[in-house]
Amino acid sequence: MLTKQYDPLKGKILEVLDYKGKIVNEKLEPKIDDETLLKMYKTMVLGRIADVKALQYQRQGRMLTYAPIKGQEAAQVGVIAALEKQDWMVPAFREMAGMLYKGASLKQLYLYWYGNEEGNHFDEDLRILPISVPIASQINHGAGVAYAAKVQKKEEVAVAYVGDGGTSHGEFHEGVNFAAVFDLPLIVIIQNNQWAISTPREVQTKAETLAQKAVAYGIQGIQVDGNDPLAMYIAVQEARKRAIKGEGPTIIEALTYRLGPHTTSDDPTIYRKDEDVAYWEERDPIIRFKQYLIDKKLWTEKDDEKYNKETTDFVNKTFKEVEKTGLIELDEVFKYTFETMTKDVAEQLADYKEYLKEAK
Amino acid sequence: MPVETILSAITNTLDEQMAKDDTIVVFGEDVGFEGGVFRATKGLQQKYGKERSFDSPLAESAIIGSAVGMAVNGLKPVPEIQFQGFVLPAFNQIVAHVARYRTRTKGTYSLPMVIRMPYGGGIRALEHHSESLESLFAHIPGLKVVIPSTPYDAKGLLTSALQDPDPVLFFEPKRIYRAFKQEIPDKEFKVPLGKAKVVKKGTDITVVAWGALVREVEKAIKLLGDDINVELIDLRTIQPYDKDTLVESVKKTGRFLVVHEAYKSFGPGAELISTINEKAFLYLEAPPTRLSGFDITVPLPKGEHHFIITPERIAHEIKKVVNF
Ligand SMILES: Cc1ncc(C[n+]2csc(CCOP(=O)(O)OP(=O)(O)O)c2C)c(N)n1
Ligand SMILES: [Mg+2]
Repeated sequence: MLTKQYDPLKGKILEVLDYKGKIVNEKLEPKIDDETLLKMYKTMVLGRIADVKALQYQRQGRMLTYAPIKGQEAAQVGVIAALEKQDWMVPAFREMAGMLYKGASLKQLYLYWYGNEEGNHFDEDLRILPISVPIASQINHGAGVAYAAKVQKKEEVAVAYVGDGGTSHGEFHEGVNFAAVFDLPLIVIIQNNQWAISTPREVQTKAETLAQKAVAYGIQGIQVDGNDPLAMYIAVQEARKRAIKGEGPTIIEALTYRLGPHTTSDDPTIYRKDEDVAYWEERDPIIRFKQYLIDKKLWTEKDDEKYNKETTDFVNKTFKEVEKTGLIELDEVFKYTFETMTKDVAEQLADYKEYLKEAK
Repeated sequence: MPVETILSAITNTLDEQMAKDDTIVVFGEDVGFEGGVFRATKGLQQKYGKERSFDSPLAESAIIGSAVGMAVNGLKPVPEIQFQGFVLPAFNQIVAHVARYRTRTKGTYSLPMVIRMPYGGGIRALEHHSESLESLFAHIPGLKVVIPSTPYDAKGLLTSALQDPDPVLFFEPKRIYRAFKQEIPDKEFKVPLGKAKVVKKGTDITVVAWGALVREVEKAIKLLGDDINVELIDLRTIQPYDKDTLVESVKKTGRFLVVHEAYKSFGPGAELISTINEKAFLYLEAPPTRLSGFDITVPLPKGEHHFIITPERIAHEIKKVVNF
């Protein structure tokens, strides 16, 4: 069992690819078909380009507050790639690349950061819960989804995301504990990107690792090189098997780094050093995964150039479509409070329309 | 006299009071090193050290719950909640303990503390960054709720709050954190809690607002020109609110409009209007009225304009009440 071999209490970290893209542990290299490997890579690159572009658009005043994913693509894509279609993704808010892999369209994901509720209006088939801004609260939702899967004997797992900061929250503890008590098929992915806005990981917990919290819950936990998509993949694959067999939840701590600002409102130069960023830039998940695919003869620099160009065009085109959506209609913002609008709210809407007519 | 924004007035007041009272501790998410996401506590850690200004782990319940213990044991905690939308994990601590400790212990422990948080809409933000939840707290016995609308009041009210023997929730209208500047005295002064301010005297209608909406009403008054003589009252303290000033004003004007961003049903307007009905009914020439947020979740930015109360709408509503 990987969680035994890579005991977080012994400071072990699961890795398959080193930061240059070389296999460090051949026995662990997963047998992933070529098509899936390419889909993983392409989604990571799409996520990256969409991320860099989103920041640019925001700086141009065309996009609203946006939470960058740069540097965390493997911790997202490596996870979703190891799931089945029927599994549930329970995001926090910094998982754009994972959501893309799960099947959300870029247009829709952009709409969220464009300030439009459409951005959370996923098809039920996608099994993506809406973005959850209140930190760690979604862990409990994941526990509930997993409970429902278990009692209805559905072969599904829930994968809930949280950040390093989020592990300090009562909601994290309560959700993981709940899932542990009932051996629920929940996989908790902690994207430990070292920072919660300006607050470093050390301020969140005295524990050496976040993965070791699993020990106290009586479940499995593992620390993984979160910038290694293959390591993330195998960790999730094993956790999923356990979950489906009724052996309970797993905590997977993905060691990664937020290369960008917390959000577009944040200035990371206040609280972190350029050297740290440079160190992690070298460990960029995309660099190593590309090398791995090139070494496997699945990809070439030329393919890469072409794909980057196509993807940039696609992202630009998508954003233009997003911009065409403009403002939201009045009726739309009143429509979803209840299935049937209450009489009082209907009156509020009617009065407001009356005002708009008179004001013209 | 120094020229301040609401935000800088808050920072400087914290600084002034921390210098004077070494039991004051400020803390919360990102509060220490970088001085908070809005920089309201900027420089305080550098000046007063890490014990008196610090970053907490990300956990609102711990932030407020630990403040309870600090207050019991000789400190004066000034916890910051990053945005009002994130106070909810601490709701239990605030409602179940902060509000009740004085009662529970028959006054042995009174929990003097100031819980600061930015609130309100109109900044085109993500979900949970735009609400106005004052009535959730004003509803609870044992909590004072204070909302400044100017740099002067920010300093005066915060000073009073920091010296109050009871817990005070200090809601900061983030939309106008940096919107305008005002000259305010450098030395300590207080604006009493529980006292409204007549911003503009008038004879035709009493309009009450607080926070960012005070300025919106002022704009509405400009739009109305000389036709209607509005008396504008800034409530400043939501709980305990200044009944006398409201009632006196309505006895004079005979008309009452309350404007708030908070949702309508069971909102602050409902409370104020009840008081007007109880205390000034026979003076009324029109039904006391509220203009408020709709009873829908605050929309995300691309729909938020439907929710935001504009000066035009306020002016329209004032006319409706006056021409009833
Ligand atoms: C309950 C709650 N408190 C505060 C916030 C404000 N906030 C947004 S993100 C964030 C830091 C989150 O850090 P982490 O969990 O490490 O996730 P990351 O942002 O690094 O992905 C904070 C404090 C929030 N969204 N929810
Ligand atoms: Mg983090």
